[in-house]
Amino acid sequence: MNKSALPDPFEQARLEKGFGEMNDQNDPVTMLLRLKDVRKAAKNWRTFQSGGDEVGRIVVPSEVHIRETRQIPFEVDPPQHADYRSIVEPWFKRPLEEAYQVKLEAIVEKVIDEALTKDTIEIVEEFALVIQSRALTILLNTPFEEAKTWIDWGTHVFRSDESALDSDKANILYDYIDKEIDRAILSPADDLYSKLLASEINGKKLTKEEVKGVMILTFAGGRDTVINTITNSIAYFAEHPESLERIKNEPEITGRAIEELIRYFAPLTHMGRVVTQDTSVCEHAVKAQSRVSLCWASANRDAKTFENPNEIVIDRRLNPHVSFGFSTHNCLGATHARTLMKIILTTLVNKVTTIEILDHQDNIEDLDQFKRKVGFHELKVKFNA
Amino acid sequence: MAKVTFITTDNEKITLEASSGSIMELAVQNGVKGIDGDCGGVCSCATCHVHVNENDFEKVGEPSEIEADMLELEDEVSEYSRLCCQIKVSDAIDGITLKVVEE
Repeated sequence: MNKSALPDPFEQARLEKGFGEMNDQNDPVTMLLRLKDVRKAAKNWRTFQSGGDEVGRIVVPSEVHIRETRQIPFEVDPPQHADYRSIVEPWFKRPLEEAYQVKLEAIVEKVIDEALTKDTIEIVEEFALVIQSRALTILLNTPFEEAKTWIDWGTHVFRSDESALDSDKANILYDYIDKEIDRAILSPADDLYSKLLASEINGKKLTKEEVKGVMILTFAGGRDTVINTITNSIAYFAEHPESLERIKNEPEITGRAIEELIRYFAPLTHMGRVVTQDTSVCEHAVKAQSRVSLCWASANRDAKTFENPNEIVIDRRLNPHVSFGFSTHNCLGATHARTLMKIILTTLVNKVTTIEILDHQDNIEDLDQFKRKVGFHELKVKFNA
Repeated sequence: MAKVTFITTDNEKITLEASSGSIMELAVQNGVKGIDGDCGGVCSCATCHVHVNENDFEKVGEPSEIEADMLELEDEVSEYSRLCCQIKVSDAIDGITLKVVEE
């Protein structure tokens, strides 16, 4: 009964010191572990910067050596951040529209119906990746067939089994996006590429490089995170059919259930910032130009705020989690993710009674001092109608 | 049944009625500008920040510690700030006026 559990490796360090230390390609990271510290630092973009000169340095592991394109609005700070954000925000709120949700429903229903006909299905590759990729065609408003290309890339855009940072894989994505931008320049469509190419800030059109920056963020930010959320949810409901039953009988708790699953899974463990001036966190000095990370996964288990933090309380009412980040740089794709989860849960409770885990292989992230399970490399299950 | 009046940042006055749910839900269902309620009401996103009319604050009451921690980091926080997903609709709050903080 504990295959779906994601243990909290940060507890001791969070209680004793409040921070952890991680070496990342000889560019160490001080990890902030307490909810209040994480939120304060996320809010303070002047001292804890996202938009520094070294593109890719706020990502852990650092992408300084594999990426030159600045991700937008993610690696831009205020006030320019607001200009970019206001361009993309309405587009990323489309998941609230009914027509968008109808399309997502069709995608999710098809995958679940097919899964129900099989004796065994591998959730990461055959279920989560497929739903994530097909749903992304709705977010970008690109042809459905594009999903096949993205599925063929495998589960990680940047990462492969051989090494944490695979520049060949990153280049596949960058080359693909370059081609798509050129295609949209030649024949504009009603898709995100064309929308961005037609957008202006202070009377100036976005450059190809800026459009690429938004597109890389959209592809990379919503891939492993969504796949892990879906896969972990399936594992959880396999071990907790009573929660599936409860959501079926009390659909009004669906929203709370989603927030709680997302709190517990914290699909993105942490995100970095570059410190702009000497300061301290938890009475620990951090120097200008060093890196810190805001550890969402640890903050979400902070017992000072969350009762029974290591349990999934499916109808948790007060749930100030930071799985989508916090403040200025909060997750742009959160509306899409929440909507997709709502449709997956609703479809599951309507069509599936039980799920059996047949085989599994954990995906453990190596954070130096900490090893954290983020999901699964493989999860074989059987769905029962 | 309770009547609640919202004043948006562009000074639009909207009076709505409800008998259950939260103030955030009432606002979102009726498209009140500046109240998004992204997290659905679990006090995680702070997209439902309002300033309660000073004279109505007693009816609404103080925020819980968890809510206060969220408000502490909000721009334009005041002593009458609340996240309205945490205010339940009931007869007790009938007639209150809330100023929406976000545009």
